[in-house]
Amino acid sequence: MIKVQINGEEKEFESSMTISNLLLKLELVSPAVAVELNEEIQPRDTHDHVKIGDGDVLEIVSLVGGG
Amino acid sequence: MEKQSTNSAADASQGDSDPFQIGDHVFESRLILGTGKYSSFEVMQESLEASASQCVTVAVRRERLHDSSGRNILDFVDPSRFVLLPNTAGCYDASTAVRCARMGREILKGLENPGASWVKLEVLGDSRSLLPDPIELLKATETLVAEGFQVLCYSSDDPIIARRLKDAGATSVMPAGSPIGSGLGVINHNSLQIILDDLKRDDPDYPVIVDAGVGTASDVAIAMELGFDAILLNSAVAQAQDPIKMARAMDYGVRAGRLAFQSGRIPKSRFGSASSPEVGVISKKRPN
Repeated sequence: MIKVQINGEEKEFESSMTISNLLLKLELVSPAVAVELNEEIQPRDTHDHVKIGDGDVLEIVSLVGGG
Repeated sequence: MEKQSTNSAADASQGDSDPFQIGDHVFESRLILGTGKYSSFEVMQESLEASASQCVTVAVRRERLHDSSGRNILDFVDPSRFVLLPNTAGCYDASTAVRCARMGREILKGLENPGASWVKLEVLGDSRSLLPDPIELLKATETLVAEGFQVLCYSSDDPIIARRLKDAGATSVMPAGSPIGSGLGVINHNSLQIILDDLKRDDPDYPVIVDAGVGTASDVAIAMELGFDAILLNSAVAQAQDPIKMARAMDYGVRAGRLAFQSGRIPKSRFGSASSPEVGVISKKRPN
């Protein structure tokens, strides 16, 4: 069991997984989404091999209206 | 019908082409519009259309993990017509603003949008005034310029920080006319004029933009008459009672102000100067 924080919320998963698998699980697969892991931006081409683990802090963001 | 009249009026007032270059981008329109605070995506889309703008700002926010509505702003902004300018709105320190800029770039890269090369950098001092924190702004500018970003800095109307931002490599300095969303227009003409004179001295093509504070079309015209290259605004259109009509008004305001600036206005005088000939008047002159 791992505990991670995603967008400020605590989440539990059965085991460690890649960013790509996490996005699949959260139904957030989209070219319009960016992922940051422990305050470091994770370029799209790293999502298939970078894994998230216990204690990690993630931000998953997209674009909204703004000025 | 409505659309046709917009286009013909735009063509008529355009006259000679007067493109506006900022960083890698060249635009015919000198109006940059925000996409926040509209009553609906549909109203936003029509307003953007009516404004003739070719560049719109967007913000970066956390994805909702539960009740995602499925409606995305990108479905309402045609990427073939608008360059997206991601902002760092809502950041209060340099390091968060830098992270936000990197996230925006990553998203726009994923979308293959040319806006991936730049950012509207906003680092605020407090949530009441929404005025920029100049020290954090300068720090973030230095970091992002070093990372290859074209940085458009939302700045206060202080001429010295404006100069420091340009020296740090900002692609454009964008002083506020007045606080964000205030609708007060340009409240410090003298400071803004000093900023223009200073940043454009020996560098007339350096883009300087008024960002924020616009209330109505005359505010935009006044800023353009001073010699600003472009205007960035959001609330004045989005929150107007008829945003689509106001978007057109802003387009005209930008064009009117730009033409007036290029035309060279008459000097101001304390007394009158008759337009009709003073010779051959049938009346006797009344002395003052």
